[in-house]
Amino acid sequence: MSAKERRIISTLVNVAMWFERRLHLVKVWKATGGHPIPKSSASWFYVFGSMTLLCFTIQVLTGILLALVYIPSASEAYQSLEFLNYRQELGWFLRAMHYWGSNCMVVVMFFHMTQVFLWGAYKHPRELTWISGVVLLFLTLALSFTGQVMRFDSDAYWGVGIGAAISGRIPIIGAQVVNLLLGGPIIGSDTLSRFFALHVFVLPGAVLALVSLHLRLVLLKGINEYPKPGVQVRKETYSKDYEEMVHKDGMPFVPNGIGKDVVANGLLLLVIIALAVFVGPKGPEIPADPAQIISEAKPDYPFLWLLSAAALLPNGSEIILFFVVPLIAVILLFGLPFFSNQGEKHYSRRPISVIVVMLTYLVIGLLTYAGITGPWSPHMEAWSGTPTKPEFIKGRSPVELQGALLVQSKQCRNCHAIGEEGGHRGPDLSAVGTRMNEPELVRQVIQGGGNMPAYGNNLTPQEVKAMVSYLVSLRPPDTIPALNPALPEKSDHVSAGGPAKEPQAGG
Amino acid sequence: MTPNEFESHPPASPEAKSYSTRRDFLLQIGLVLNAVAAFMIGLPIVGFILSSLIKSTPRIWFSLGPVSKFPEGAMRLAVYENPYRREADGETARLTCWVRRIQGDQFTVFAANCTHLGCPVRWFEESQLFLCPCHGGAFYADGGHAAGPPPRGLYVYQHKVEKGELQIKAGVLPTLASPS
Repeated sequence: MSAKERRIISTLVNVAMWFERRLHLVKVWKATGGHPIPKSSASWFYVFGSMTLLCFTIQVLTGILLALVYIPSASEAYQSLEFLNYRQELGWFLRAMHYWGSNCMVVVMFFHMTQVFLWGAYKHPRELTWISGVVLLFLTLALSFTGQVMRFDSDAYWGVGIGAAISGRIPIIGAQVVNLLLGGPIIGSDTLSRFFALHVFVLPGAVLALVSLHLRLVLLKGINEYPKPGVQVRKETYSKDYEEMVHKDGMPFVPNGIGKDVVANGLLLLVIIALAVFVGPKGPEIPADPAQIISEAKPDYPFLWLLSAAALLPNGSEIILFFVVPLIAVILLFGLPFFSNQGEKHYSRRPISVIVVMLTYLVIGLLTYAGITGPWSPHMEAWSGTPTKPEFIKGRSPVELQGALLVQSKQCRNCHAIGEEGGHRGPDLSAVGTRMNEPELVRQVIQGGGNMPAYGNNLTPQEVKAMVSYLVSLRPPDTIPALNPALPEKSDHVSAGGPAKEPQAGG
Repeated sequence: MTPNEFESHPPASPEAKSYSTRRDFLLQIGLVLNAVAAFMIGLPIVGFILSSLIKSTPRIWFSLGPVSKFPEGAMRLAVYENPYRREADGETARLTCWVRRIQGDQFTVFAANCTHLGCPVRWFEESQLFLCPCHGGAFYADGGHAAGPPPRGLYVYQHKVEKGELQIKAGVLPTLASPS
């Protein structure tokens, strides 16, 4: 090494030491990135926390960039989104990154939470780490909902309307809550400004504060060791044992423990970029114009399950769904580390926890699937736009054909499919003749019932007869028409009528 | 000076005690000053946040147009400018309601918001039903609940006919908590 090189190195060291003496960087490093972790914690299962943080970072960065162009005004937001999509260089890509980053954040956070739950990481002494994580979950969902309103299109407009309708069900102070949510008596410019302030200032600020606390707690209380079946958590001994383990058999998080996190985060980033590039940004759909009443107001993925549940639960149970269930969920989530503070951590010794996770995934997964396919939403154009397959028409008598026309023109098919085409709010009518007989169908058409309106005032007796004779004919060949168990003495007559109709049924 | 010197208490000599009392006094005065200032600025800020609740705009009658716009026995979607609109409201100020002219000056004016979760209901002339696209709520021509999850019939706006014009009171998003 020449004298010149030596001089350069000693200058660099001096500069580094100048900063070190003032900032105590070595100490800070040892307490943060270089903190010791148990060797067992460097697991592929422990990567979801950092992945959530990556998503949040993407959201902050893309959010700032979008805010350079986006105009949070009810009269201009839509145009500024169109500008981002079609005129602004890479605007569409940033919108897509922000949208998919948000969806991924919710999903990855859910995985993180599941892992922490199944690996018993919430137990003593990490109660507060779990609780701050639960708050972060709610903040993230709030960010997702308010972000959906930024996309100020008809879905956003009616989505806020749904939020208001739910708030309006709160006892006593419902009207006041609605007013505060909307920033006035009706959805307008104040509403968007309000959601904008929440979305870009209040909620991200709260997330930053909570993430700081969350990470501080991870450093203070240590990352959860990979649990072993049979090892019990004891309040009295856990912290001492953990210190000993980290001391004897630990390693610094950076660089030894972070490898899998880096790989997983790289993959996640690639996935988000791929989704952004190949699927693109969401909307905006038609403008937020209340005079365009053709919206179906579907929320983004993280809330679809809620809307599905609202559709599938029995009528009148909304108060339970929107207030009692969330309250129980909040109590269970916040209370978890206190209900189950010690004992086994490993999931193989906690069968109930495993069942809870499986049920939760099943319920939310199925409801989300139902939300995407939306079987309860009527197909508002089915009556005028959906064809009827020939086998449901062929061989019918003129009266039955008139009934077929009525089934179409009276909007029956908005809710009822025939041959799987049409709405699925009500039962498919393709084989209704095997389930219900003439008197039952007459009663159902005239009086309605279940989720069906009564058509009695809207059909002449002759029309009812035509419609019902068509419905009775709707059954596959070689099937028996429905009997009426309520009227056994007439069953002869009904079954005698059945075979006579056989040739007309099916195709 | 090490940090410990800040944390350690001064010796309890009479002189030091009065010194500490003066410090305590200053602290208390400071706290009171700050509390007064925080209250003075905090109260208006709370008022600012709740302003939409506190100042309630009086609901006025406004016209949906001449009665002749609405044929007897028919249901029509009326589009109107929110009378309380602001410039920045943009298209959201284009509000709607369903107007049913029963006969003569007999009207019913329905909000378009479904009573279940607020989605916009659509009128179907052929089946004489309002259908909601979200969860399949259905209402009869008189606004009555026909089927599905809505807990009540359609919301109705106050209306009157004056000088041949149909007038209503609206401009508030109807919810179960404030039906009209």
